[in-house]
Amino acid sequence: MLEHELTPRPPAPNGGPRIGVYVCHCGLNIAGKVDIEQVVTFASTLPDVAVARDYKFMCSDPGQELIEQDLRDGLVNRVVVASCSPLMHEATFRRATQEGGQSPFYFQMASIREHVSWVTADGEDATGKAKALVAAAVRRVALHEYLEPRKAEVQPDIMVVGGGIAGIHAALVMADAGKHVYLVERESTIGGHMAKFDKTFPTLDCAACILTPKMSQVRSHPNITLWTYSDVVGVEGFTGDFTVRVRHRPRYVKEELCTGCLECIEKCIHKQGKFEDEWNEGLSKRKPIYIPFPQATPPVVVVDPEACIWFKTGKCPQTCIDACERDAFDFEQTETFDEVKVGAIVLATGFKTFQAERMPEYGYGLYPNVYTSLEVERLLNAAGPTGGEVVLRDGSEPKVVGIIHCVGSRDAKHNLWCSKVCCMYSLKLAHMVKERTGAEVYNFYIDMRTPGKGYEEFYDKILREGVHMVRGRVAGVTDEAASPEEEGHLVIRAEDTLIGSVRRIPVDMVILAVGITPQPDAQDVRRMFNISCGGEGFFTERHPKLAPVSTFTDGVFLAGACQGPKDIPDTVAQAGAAAAEVLAMVDRGFVMLEANTAHIEDELCSGCKTCVGLCPFSAIAFDEERKRASVNEVVCKGCGVCVAACPSGAAQQHLFTDEEIFAEIEGVLAYV
Amino acid sequence: MSARAVSTRYAYFPGCSADGVGRAFTESLYAVFEHLGYGLDELEDWNCCGATAWPSVDQDQAHALSARNLALAEDRAPGADPVDVLASCTGCYRALLKAQEALGTAGPTQVKLGRALAAIGLDSEGRARVRHPVDILLNEIGLDRIRQAVVRPLTGVKVASYYGCQLIRPFSTFDDQYDPTSMDRLVEALGAEPVDWPLKTRCCGGSCYCGGPVIGAMPEATMQLSYALLREAAKRGADVIVSICPLCQFNLEGFQDRMAKRFGHPVDMPSGFITQLMGIAMGIDEKRLGIHRLLRWRLPVAPAPEPAAVGAPAAEEGGGDA
Amino acid sequence: MATVLQAPTAALEPIGSPAAEPQPRPVTGKRKRWRPVKDQSKFEAQLDPAFAAEIAAEVEDGDLLHRCIQCGTCSSVCPVSAYMDLTPRRLIAMTRAGARDDVLHSMTPWVCVSCYACTVECPKRIPITEIMHAMRRISLREKTYPRRFTTPVMTKEFVDMIEDRGRSTESWISMKLYLKTNPALLLKNAGLATRLFRQGRIGVKRASIRRRKDLRTLLKAVSS
Repeated sequence: MLEHELTPRPPAPNGGPRIGVYVCHCGLNIAGKVDIEQVVTFASTLPDVAVARDYKFMCSDPGQELIEQDLRDGLVNRVVVASCSPLMHEATFRRATQEGGQSPFYFQMASIREHVSWVTADGEDATGKAKALVAAAVRRVALHEYLEPRKAEVQPDIMVVGGGIAGIHAALVMADAGKHVYLVERESTIGGHMAKFDKTFPTLDCAACILTPKMSQVRSHPNITLWTYSDVVGVEGFTGDFTVRVRHRPRYVKEELCTGCLECIEKCIHKQGKFEDEWNEGLSKRKPIYIPFPQATPPVVVVDPEACIWFKTGKCPQTCIDACERDAFDFEQTETFDEVKVGAIVLATGFKTFQAERMPEYGYGLYPNVYTSLEVERLLNAAGPTGGEVVLRDGSEPKVVGIIHCVGSRDAKHNLWCSKVCCMYSLKLAHMVKERTGAEVYNFYIDMRTPGKGYEEFYDKILREGVHMVRGRVAGVTDEAASPEEEGHLVIRAEDTLIGSVRRIPVDMVILAVGITPQPDAQDVRRMFNISCGGEGFFTERHPKLAPVSTFTDGVFLAGACQGPKDIPDTVAQAGAAAAEVLAMVDRGFVMLEANTAHIEDELCSGCKTCVGLCPFSAIAFDEERKRASVNEVVCKGCGVCVAACPSGAAQQHLFTDEEIFAEIEGVLAYV
Repeated sequence: MSARAVSTRYAYFPGCSADGVGRAFTESLYAVFEHLGYGLDELEDWNCCGATAWPSVDQDQAHALSARNLALAEDRAPGADPVDVLASCTGCYRALLKAQEALGTAGPTQVKLGRALAAIGLDSEGRARVRHPVDILLNEIGLDRIRQAVVRPLTGVKVASYYGCQLIRPFSTFDDQYDPTSMDRLVEALGAEPVDWPLKTRCCGGSCYCGGPVIGAMPEATMQLSYALLREAAKRGADVIVSICPLCQFNLEGFQDRMAKRFGHPVDMPSGFITQLMGIAMGIDEKRLGIHRLLRWRLPVAPAPEPAAVGAPAAEEGGGDA
Repeated sequence: MATVLQAPTAALEPIGSPAAEPQPRPVTGKRKRWRPVKDQSKFEAQLDPAFAAEIAAEVEDGDLLHRCIQCGTCSSVCPVSAYMDLTPRRLIAMTRAGARDDVLHSMTPWVCVSCYACTVECPKRIPITEIMHAMRRISLREKTYPRRFTTPVMTKEFVDMIEDRGRSTESWISMKLYLKTNPALLLKNAGLATRLFRQGRIGVKRASIRRRKDLRTLLKAVSS
């Protein structure tokens, strides 16, 4: 942990604060309303003010030079700039103060633009208010204590949570840069949702063909430690210095010995699969010993203790053990744990598709031939339950297929958002189903959203192939036949809004384009990593436009659909961006810490623990023996909640002491 | 349901079709409730709820009409407890529920209604709770009590329950909007077999006087819709179709010969009220149940012979319509 | 109670001869009456930009209609949309465009059966049925409703009767309706009516509440 001492301020050359006041014109933004000359003259009459100047644009180089020169010449040792808002330029002027050789925290800003010239109608009122704010800043800055900017060291290793395409790409980028990366994945294989797809839009690239090389790279990369069938169970620490506890669930097979020959599966005493195969979305059955798909990475089988006879009854000839030439089985395996120290974490935990059972009007679970898009991806996949054939539950080929867009999305009753990828994948499914079966395909959509590169052209291609497009949201799927040709079919009723008539279209198969939703345990995960979720459940980025991969918790980054619905190109881009920001942090080797942190005066602390639970950043620890609270100044963000809540005034904040605040208030009141 | 003392008498709002087209519903409702030991007290001096006609003219007035009934019910039951008001016609049920909501939600409508009620010497504290008889039968009286009362189990009778529109839309206080099962559970308790069919809540075309072949607004539409219901029920193997709305029941029974001619397929589906079915299973005299008022009614299986005294004749064949 | 449905097992009798089937009209190639060739574009002067707000103000949560994405679910689930001149979705679009004249003269609000299916299914929770009622109200006030169509006629008769007596009598309303819209139907339905009468389902006695004046007071008080 980094230590920080509060050194007394170095003695000023002639013993006291000498304040320089710089009033900015900001072109006409301030000067057009406020009488700058009056303010400057007034400032020069204030106590401890040694120098008062004005300039057209204080934030410019010559403007900053004014400050720096005065500091270097020893004319001033504290700086007040009356200009725009701290959010705009506090950092700029603090840097200028530092350049001039003084602590950057001997600086105070008076906002006479956002708080005065932009919001006051009358010029005289504005000038008066500007004077009051300058007086306040002057009184305050005289009391500022000497603070130094602080750094904390960053641990060199990195953790990526989630092994889908986002996690894979981020891990590879960072590993290629020479960093050691832990890639933790909950399933028994990496690959995520992308590994389940057959082809990807808009190029119709085979998903496995473009993904498996990356998966293989991950496995063989010297800088990546791949932990599958593992999850994160605890995170402690802070930016640059996280301690993460990872649990490895037992496969009952030694990972380092298994070669993935799959003989054991063949020889299992279950002649056929009997248990729901989650990888195939429940469309097929598997044995208790299984591998999700042939290219699973790592190529290691898994034993499901809920299904395996050995675990349930203890009586099994265990033909699997005999079949294994490498003696890789170990039925005594238990959970193991690892604790690692990392400097940064990338969350790439992905998404879940909308549960179609929540919309009973579409008949999922009620009518056998209503499928979700993910189920159809498995049907289309050559490694899937039907070897790539699109067939109905009874094995026959569909002659007419209806694809319903926006299932669970854009709906006040379910999810308000648009899931971004469904239009494109529905067009892709339309193409593939038509190609494989020759069926007539109808797509029912509300709006066709094809914004990416090559996406509109893809839509055009699908239109040329004769897929029927019906612009109308489907209210329901029924098996009620209103005319002879509807007998034995599922009927989709929708208003074709573009022709203005309601249509009833009998189909054999219905495909529901289910939307993207957050993982069901998103709240638990975000609490563990100390970040936040938006109202809809996706992880919150630091800024929706300008900081999409970082979070409000320094050191935790986001990549992929866990932050919001997105397609594969955007996911990879975001993963690369997250990797870059991580590398920037880790390569720099240190993080700058907040100077205006809180601290607790030991003698005043009564041990009431009020502050401990209030801290939004979990930065306050309580020593049960001494019955005193203390603030971890590395994690503390200086929000001030503990300071405000402390009943005994023991919690105090640098740069926001009672004296400083009262001085500011008095400054305003004296002149307003 | 809130835990309060079981009341054995309920305030009853009959509505304007109670002794008209829906007379059999009212009669069988009284009969079944009394048989089970529960009384219905017709709300004294009730007025029309406004149905869907009045909102087409003035929404506030429509609320006021319904509100008067709720206020009268509260007036008759002094105290602080909630007052249940049963409305059997689903149109009335919906209109009264809307008024209940308006009276219970702070806002300009509540103020207007309060003022209007005060002008005729009434006021509402929001105690009135509008309930439907099926809700009461299922949730207050309970399936156990009903099973106990069944003396002639309707074994082998396949019953399609038709819920219609306004029982579960837009308010669904006691059943699911997409797949309601309240009537099906009552049917099961009678020993009969509920039929699962996809059109339980599809409109029959005859809402509240605003349509229907009798009046002629859109005869084609209503015939198509009601025919679709009958045909689908028949397809799923139903022997009878029961409803809880006077207009739905009439639309379903009244035009089957015309439908047969129009659509070229014999249509012969007995249509009655759920309360009548319940009454038959409970051994209540069919005259009291208004069976003779139905245009088309029969049960496929003669119910098991009842014990001792009642001696009602076996279910009669209904005739065709004109 | 959702169970996987088996296909209907009972042997399905053929529904009947194709000619009598309720099928959509097949494409024939026969000459139909042609529509007149004229300029149907809508100039801004013909549209009323305040119309959408006017409708929204009449309905609780009516401002939600601005959020309509024109998905068409309402038309799709509506049991009678096939009989409307403007489907519900189109009606909302025209409302937003300000085509006040077309909307208020449309048959759609009068064809609506108030089944509330659209309201329940709308992904934006727009209270469509209530919007239909609002359009009825305005069209009655401005007399743009279809004159001899049963629904508005029935509405007015109904309202008159309730104002007078507090309860409606089905038989009297039906009688008035037949006379005002289509007397020939009286003959057609005479047989049915007689049967209903004999079975006691048509009451001739005029229903009425006791405190008729109260009702009029009530109605006046709520509108003032």
